[in-house]
Order: sequence, then structure tokens, then C-alpha cells
Amino acid sequence: MHIAVCIKQVPDSAQIRVHPVTNTIMRQGVPTIINPYDLFALEEALRIKDRTAAKVTVLTMGPPQADDALRKCLAFGADEAVLITDKVFSGADTLATSYVLAAALKTLDAREPVDLVFTGKQTIDGDTAQVGPGIATRLGYQLLTYVSKIRELDADSRRILVERRAEGGVQVLESALPAVVTMLEGTNEIRFADMPGMFRAARQEVERWNRDAIGVDLAKVGLKGSPTVVAQVFGPKPKAVKAFRVAGDTPAAMAEAFVDRLFADYPHLEEAMLEHLEQVDRQGAKE
Amino acid sequence: MEKFDVIVVGAGPSGNAAAYTLARAGLSVLQLERGESPGTKNVQGAILYADALEKIIPDFRDSAPLERHVAEQRMWLLDENQSCTGATYRDARFSQEPHNRYTIIRARFDRWFSGKVKDAGALVICETTVTELLRDPAGKVIGVRTERAQGDILADCVILADGANALLGERAGLRPRVKAEDMALAVKEVIFLPRETIESRFNIADTQGVVIEIAGNITHGMVGTGFLYTNRDSLAIGIGCMLADMKRQSLTPCQLLEGLKRHPAVQPLIEGAEMKEYSAHLIPEGGYRALPQLYGEGWLVVGDSAGFVNAVHREGSNLAMTSGRFAAETLIGLRQAGKPFTAANLAAYKRRLDDSFVMADLKKYQGVPELLHDHPHILGTYPRFLGDAAREALTVDGEPKRDKQKRILGELTRKRSVLGLLGDAYRFWRAFR
Repeated sequence: MHIAVCIKQVPDSAQIRVHPVTNTIMRQGVPTIINPYDLFALEEALRIKDRTAAKVTVLTMGPPQADDALRKCLAFGADEAVLITDKVFSGADTLATSYVLAAALKTLDAREPVDLVFTGKQTIDGDTAQVGPGIATRLGYQLLTYVSKIRELDADSRRILVERRAEGGVQVLESALPAVVTMLEGTNEIRFADMPGMFRAARQEVERWNRDAIGVDLAKVGLKGSPTVVAQVFGPKPKAVKAFRVAGDTPAAMAEAFVDRLFADYPHLEEAMLEHLEQVDRQGAKE
Repeated sequence: MEKFDVIVVGAGPSGNAAAYTLARAGLSVLQLERGESPGTKNVQGAILYADALEKIIPDFRDSAPLERHVAEQRMWLLDENQSCTGATYRDARFSQEPHNRYTIIRARFDRWFSGKVKDAGALVICETTVTELLRDPAGKVIGVRTERAQGDILADCVILADGANALLGERAGLRPRVKAEDMALAVKEVIFLPRETIESRFNIADTQGVVIEIAGNITHGMVGTGFLYTNRDSLAIGIGCMLADMKRQSLTPCQLLEGLKRHPAVQPLIEGAEMKEYSAHLIPEGGYRALPQLYGEGWLVVGDSAGFVNAVHREGSNLAMTSGRFAAETLIGLRQAGKPFTAANLAAYKRRLDDSFVMADLKKYQGVPELLHDHPHILGTYPRFLGDAAREALTVDGEPKRDKQKRILGELTRKRSVLGLLGDAYRFWRAFR
């Protein structure tokens, strides 16, 4: 069995700030990480590899620096890594990205047939969850999104049985292979690479594929192939409510002052509370 | 099991210098770093001293990420809240190439340096902590154990470049535990300002930079110093004091830093800056008398891990790089001569250090840590007196100059007896001669 895992190197969104004036994301100095959702996908693929001796190939489209992210995947246990990189790919939206990834997967499939494609349910920078489905559509693979568990996987009958999070419940779906699986968060935990894995990752060559290697239509890649228009960018407005200091010599006095201030600011609150208390009193009297 | 000629533990200036020099000479080198990438765990002001790096990578200026060259140095004595007494040295020759000192941002610089190490042929593995040294029955160091599964790796020699805490040597019983009395704790912020603002506030242009070293009562009588350095689009501001003093006075480093930032001499320079990074680090400032054993059977120790810091001159990374280079050159020499890495043969490393500025400078100032430790008033009394004297002298108020000068001197002898003054002068001379 051959499993492809699509990952993305993303800025660590926990450390990102929005420029106060231009409202653009300030990426300078922000460290990059593997999209956390993709790690659930990789770990799921590696667990299948542990059980069935499948081969795991990791792919990413990105700048040359994405080499770091791929090497981490090799350390975790992926067998091969491919960096799809070319200047013409930059500025891609989800449409152009899934086109390029699908082309790369076709190239990979021609070399060694792909049975399963794993990816995270979405990235933390774009949050669209469109690339996985985009790949499945283009390749004509079955699509299984928001998968929380792989119950069964049979390479001979080429079937997969998964649990999928749906609104109001869990769906259990059976599908034919090849399929694209997008993994839900919290489904597993990425392993701690062993030392031989670290050595392999440091030494192994990461293959690089450019536009010629995957044979793409240049009108459909990068900025040119991206119809998405960002019409407006805005940051959330900071709350106008200011904190106030509660004074008082004793805790009781402080509590008193706090309640007074609350009632002064929200007059209806006092009314509602008094009404409620009266009601409680009446009920108490009845009993 | 993997085996290398040399394992270098740590990817700071000393580790990188050692790994680079060894790999260039064709030895098989593994460098292990616990940080996510080289530089993520490293903290420095930071000033790069060109000479030490030039001796390792002569053309470093062509590719290294340098912020500004030091065109002007200021020495400031700050009291807690009001005054600043200082000296400025600006020299047009400092702005002629090749420059002697640069400000750098270590996260970028270390990444660059590590790239050079990799290009030279060393295998660099990050996010991997070495937990202990492997020894053979005779006690010779034969490799390292990492925290990872199947994590033992062998080597003919291990270079300990694991930084100020020096945990590896301590765990292996090669050295005593570092003492709080020998450690300074420094905190630092990198704050952003537009380039034009920095250049106008500090009166500099192009790649010129200003370095301000700060002492005085801003440390609340503790042994320590502060600094303010100009980068291209940011300032580095920090302060450090001896750990034992901080513990005694129960002052937190961030309180000290806030005090420094609010000081009227500093505040206008950093006005409007946005904090980008906050970091803290230990600095081994025990000097010559705190140096541990520097080599043994199959091991060498370099950089902060060995305590190579010249606290008086605020130098450390240059001593680190030089010690890393010496360690590498020692091993290369032995390998070429077909000699094993025994303690007797590795003594050549110590001889190289002894014959260089590293040991000469450490020896010269060996009495300073003790002097300041035993006479902490030196850092309080004199700066304050200098400030008070300057204020008196510069306040025009109708008092005859002779009376005024007499009164100022009287203040000094009131604060510190004539004998005390002579004693301090003698102690100073002895410690700095």
C-alpha cells in the first residue's frame, strides 16, 4: 500500500500579529511549523505503516524553506518526501494549490500507484478546508472529510471503513480506494521521532519537483490561476469597555462597591435580580 | 550504532566554531542541538567581535546577517531614577572597513553560522537533547546518550558546548555544579522602531550603530550592568545582575528592566517602540577562578560551558568562538599526527588557551568578581558620588567655586573614609592591573 500525505508549512498562528494600520499579517520573524492538522494525518498514515508495512510519501507545495517541514516528516517515519517548488506556484489560492497538488499526486501515482491520500482537515492559516476536497475532485478519488477514526482498511479488497464527524453525530462510511482522507484534530498524537529517524531525516534527499516535473498548465497555477480576490481585510475591533478598580478596605466593602458599580452601569440588572429574589422568597414561603 | 570522529553538543558560537573547523578539516562531525533550530535557545545582546569570527570564516562579512557596525560607544552611569553621567567615544575610523564590531540578532546570525557548519560537511541534528555522556569502563568518554529512542551515539571525542548551565559535565562528574555566585542573570527585550527614527535619535547613518554600556545604581546596588544596542530596525535593551544578589534582594529581572526603560536618559530613546521579543539567559561570570577542568579522556569543554566570559569587557562570544576553534584545531592536530584523544594529548587545548588572549584576559581580571562581591558599595557609592558631584558643579547658584568644590570632596570622604577611599583605590588597581 502506498500512502501520500499532503502537508503545509504554515506560520505559527499563535505568534502572528496583525499590523495595526494596514491590517495585514506581520509574518516577519514568525516561526513556521507543520500545519498541526496535517500532523494528525501523518500520524494516521504512519500507524497504518506500522500495521501493514505501507509506504508513506509526504508532499508539500511551498518555498525551498519548506524542506525543513518535510525533513521533520521523514524523522517521524515517512519514507520519502517531495517538495513541489517553483516560482510560478507562488501566490496560489486553494484552487491553484489543489490543481498543483493533484498534478503532483498524478506524477507520484504514475511512478508508484497511490492508494490513499491523507491531509489535515484544514490549515491554520487559511482555514478553508478546500484543498483536500479539491484534490479528490481532480483525481476522481473518493472523498472522506473530517475523519476521526479509521476502523478498517483492506488493501486486497481495496475498501476503507471510517468514522466521520457530522452535524449531530458520527457517520460510519465505507468507501473504495483510492480515497482522500482529511483528518480531524485530536484523533491521535504525533510520535516522538527516534534517533535513527533523525539521522535519516538529516541525510536523506528531499526530492524537488518543479513545473516541468509535474506537467502543469501555467495558466492554472500560482497567482495567475487563483481567482480568489481579497476584497477587504479588517482586524477585530478591540473592546471599548475599560477595566475599573474596585476600592474598599475589607473584602465585604469591596464586594459592596462592586455590586453598586454593576447596578449603576446596568440598571435593569438590579430590577431583574430583585424580581428573581422575590420569586425565590415566594416559592420558599409556599413550601 | 552511529559513530563519528567528534560529537559537538550545542550549536552556539563555540559549538559552531568547533564543528565548522573540524568539518572543514575532513573529520566526521555530528552536532546536536536541543533547540528547534540553531539560535532559538541562544541569547546575547548582541555584539559580534569580528576578529574571532574572521579567524574561522575570513570572508564572513560577505554573507553573515550583520545589523550595524559599532561607530560609537557610550558608557553611562545611571542612578535609580534621575541622572546619567557618561562618556562617549565616537571615532570616524570605526566606520572604515573592515569594521571591528557589529550588532547582530542572534536568531538570524546563528542560523547563518549553522548553515556554514552544514555546508562544511557536519551533520547537524536539532530538537535533540543530550542527556548524558557515555563512558567506557575506564571512564573515557566514548559518546553521548540522547533523549530519543535508540539514542546512543559513539564518538572518539565529545566537545561540550552545552552552554552556561553546563549540565552535561556536571552529570558526568567532570565538574562541580555551577554556583549562583558565579552566574549573572540577564534579561533582554528586542523592541522595534522604524530605521529612520533610530538613526535620528542616535545620530547615525547607513550601517553605523551605537552601543551603550550602562552601570550604576540602576542595578539597586547589585553587581551588574545594562546595555542598549542599535540594530537596523530595532533596539536591544537589557540588564543583568549576579544571580546570588538577585536572590538576596528578591528583585526580579523584569523589575530591573522596567526601571531601566523608565529612566529619563533611556526613555526618550525607546519612546514608541514595540516589544518584539523578550528573553533571559544565564551568563557565567565567575571568571578565571571559577573555570572548571577543561579537558579529559575523550572530552573538551568550550564557550559558556567552560565559563569563558570576560565580564569586565562584556566579551563572551569571541572567547566562545576562539575556544571552539582551539578545541577543533587541537583535535585536527592530533588526528593528523595519528594520536588518540587522551587527556594527556588533549592538554594541548589548554596550552593553546593559555597562550592566547582568552586566558590572558581571564587571568588579568581574576580578582574582579571577588572584589565586587566583597565590596558591593563600589558600584553604588562612586557612581552616585560622580552624579552628585556633576550636579553640584553644574548648578550655578552663587556659591563660591572653592567652597563648592570643598563641599563636594567633603561629601566623598563623608560617604567613604579617606582610608576606605585609599583601600578601594588599591583594590581596584590590584584587580584591574
